[in-house]
Amino acid sequence: MMLIINIVGLLLIVGIVWWFWLYKPSELDVNSDVSELLITVENGVYSPSRVSIPSGQVTAVKFLRKEASPCAGTVVFADMNISEELPLNKEKTIQLPALEPGTYSFTCQMQMQMYKGEITVSEQ
Amino acid sequence: MDGGTQELLIEGAGCASCVGKIEKALKNVHGVDDAVMNFPLRMVTVTGSAGEDVLINAVENAGYNAKSTQGSTDDELLDEKETADLAYYKRLILGMTVALVLGVPLMAYSLIVGEMTVSTTTERLSWLVVGLLTAGVMFFSGKHFYIGAWKSFCNHSANMDTLIALGTGTAWLYSMLVVFFLTAFPDMARHVYFEATAMIIGLINLGLALELKARGRTSLAIKRLIGLQAKTARVVRGGKDIDIPIGHVLLNDLVRIRPGEKIPVDGLVVEGYTSIDESMLTGEPMPVEKKESNEVVAGTINKTGSVVFKATRVGKDTALAHIIGMVKRAQNSKPPIGRLADIISGYFVPTIMIISVVSALVWLNFGPDPAVAFALVCATTVLIIACPCALGLATPMSVMVGVGKAAEAGVLIRNGEALQTASKITAMILDKTGTITLGAPKVTSIHLVTASDEDNVLQLAASLEAGSEHPLAVSIVESAQERELHLSKVERFNAIAGHGVEGFVDGQALLFGNERLMRDKNVAIDDVVNTAQHMAAEAQTPMYFAVDGQLAAVIGVSDPIKEDSIEAIKRLKKNGIRVVMLTGDNKATAKAVADKVGITEFFAEVLPEDKSNKVADLQQQGEIVGMTGDGINDAPALALANVGFAIGTGTDVAIESADITLMRGSLHGLADAIAISKATLRNIKQNLLGAFIYNAAGVPFAAGVLYPFFGVLLSPVIAGAAMAFSSVTVVSNANRLRLFKAQEH
Repeated sequence: MMLIINIVGLLLIVGIVWWFWLYKPSELDVNSDVSELLITVENGVYSPSRVSIPSGQVTAVKFLRKEASPCAGTVVFADMNISEELPLNKEKTIQLPALEPGTYSFTCQMQMQMYKGEITVSEQ
Repeated sequence: MDGGTQELLIEGAGCASCVGKIEKALKNVHGVDDAVMNFPLRMVTVTGSAGEDVLINAVENAGYNAKSTQGSTDDELLDEKETADLAYYKRLILGMTVALVLGVPLMAYSLIVGEMTVSTTTERLSWLVVGLLTAGVMFFSGKHFYIGAWKSFCNHSANMDTLIALGTGTAWLYSMLVVFFLTAFPDMARHVYFEATAMIIGLINLGLALELKARGRTSLAIKRLIGLQAKTARVVRGGKDIDIPIGHVLLNDLVRIRPGEKIPVDGLVVEGYTSIDESMLTGEPMPVEKKESNEVVAGTINKTGSVVFKATRVGKDTALAHIIGMVKRAQNSKPPIGRLADIISGYFVPTIMIISVVSALVWLNFGPDPAVAFALVCATTVLIIACPCALGLATPMSVMVGVGKAAEAGVLIRNGEALQTASKITAMILDKTGTITLGAPKVTSIHLVTASDEDNVLQLAASLEAGSEHPLAVSIVESAQERELHLSKVERFNAIAGHGVEGFVDGQALLFGNERLMRDKNVAIDDVVNTAQHMAAEAQTPMYFAVDGQLAAVIGVSDPIKEDSIEAIKRLKKNGIRVVMLTGDNKATAKAVADKVGITEFFAEVLPEDKSNKVADLQQQGEIVGMTGDGINDAPALALANVGFAIGTGTDVAIESADITLMRGSLHGLADAIAISKATLRNIKQNLLGAFIYNAAGVPFAAGVLYPFFGVLLSPVIAGAAMAFSSVTVVSNANRLRLFKAQEH
């Protein structure tokens, strides 16, 4: 009995390591139509949390915060020195400058980055 | 728009005849049913289904500018935020109440009656009812934790919600399994933990509510800045005064201000005379006099007179709006000290989950009976006590309060990095002119050499300098204006950086500048060396004026030292900061000024381009260098310094040019900035240390490491309370910074 319990426990640990650290999502959530890029902030996550935009052009990203928690109240693009407050239940458009190809993260204001998303900028 | 109405503000419509043109242009747009312009308000109301962009385009094609009235002001956004926060607070308090109404009696029962064990059928049924009630509490008061945890899980991330959901969910599930499959559990493990689930949910809701309140206080400074904005403005259109919302004021509108009113937008006075209290922006207590062509700034308060001014910057372009934007951005930026939290952020919650599983396994394998109950309690308590939020809040909350506090003192800090570096400054370079001194020199003596008439010297020198913006040049021109001298036209003007100027006036070759310029141009000045030295010893800058290669006069210009420079420099030195003065002035003048303000280390005759070399020299000596200048001439040195301070005079601030901008001219702002940054860093360190120690000590304790030695085990309910209040403690500690007072001055 204990053997089974221990194996289950170890599998659980392996599962945690794989699911949260090793798993690399291959598909981006949104890839094409950047003109309608709307990111919803609800239940502790950005949705979609991984988006792709073309390089070298200014892009407007709309945020819609549906969650009242103050943690959701600010979105920070640290690489671009952008931090914007998100009003509740109201779309907020954020202009991103033309970017070099690469990956840029956006997070909530708090440092443990409970809310985290990624913008992949790819060659046009 | 589906047949709705929308409003546009029209810029550039100067006459009533424009109305027809604009209305016609709009009516021609496909989808527009009607367009009616209210000329005094410069607003056009459009009915129809056309989009706003199309309408704005049509107006622009007709030769005018149009803008939407829809954009929310900071004030409106703040109101919306406060309303949303209040609703969320009420929701949390309701959630807490419902959870505690069940949790507290259960807790009391477990303390008074004893263990919450299950053995008889009646007990099973009773606990089943309690279990279902707990499920109700979990749904009503804790739904957001479970949904959040699930959404994060699907996103391959884990957060606070994950820990709470797992902890409370495990306790509830175990208890329900005991109720349903009693016989599958050993006698001693037939225990239910519904009180823990209900209490933890209640306490965490309470913690979140208290945190929300405390967070509200961290943004008081920005709220105060936003509160400085007027809501309406009285504009003069068509000879009439009309009151309009501040967002509707257009560029070049004439705005009338009466005594006691707030200035709604930035502008230039065109009529009237008054004094204006600018203390809310600059921290400078003395009102500033304003007359024609002086600048007025939104958010300041008119004292006694009435003025009409022309709007030069409106909406998001006003200095106040820029300041608010900059403070907001800085409040959300992170100093390097908090990077550790960034690094561990992705590992923290999964690590806690692993520790929880490991502790359960250890208890199951090696624990005393009932091992399964011990394993459950410890695994749950580990999940509940860990508090990533305390770590996450530690730095940003202190930065929020510190940057806000600085703004209240007239100190604009660009970002968290500047804040942190400012706290470590060991050497401060001060530019003399405009930093230590007022930067408004005055002609104090004229020594004639070949010239015979002071007025003639001033007239020629001022004519030559009329185009120059150098403070010394301005003093010559002002002096000539005071004597009502008529300036002549200058030809072939040439500014020789760091030396002076040359040019031709009325056919005469003029040369005006320092000793070096005269020597370079072979003008004999040996006869006046004593005079010049005498001037310099009295802190006057001797300026040599030559006509056709002959020295005509030496003009002594002196720049008064700001009255509080001596005290402020004393404060800096008291903090162990090495104070160094730089000036383009000659050695004797520099020494006279340095002596007066108590600076022992100074460099004179420094050319503008050499200022950054001095910064580099000090850096090579291992100093962390702050450089203070006016933000325009000193730009390269400010950029090279570890922290560049731009010192503003009044509200004329170059807020984008430096790491830290002092909105008032006083050097006390410098000492305040350093003091605030030190206090903020101290506060961050307290928070980080507290949060680290809390997690580092709390998690092993919860896992039961003390049990083998002392027989002590932590209750999940206590863990829940500790976790909820650790975040509140961090935010409250950050709020202590609000009480910080820069040294009296």
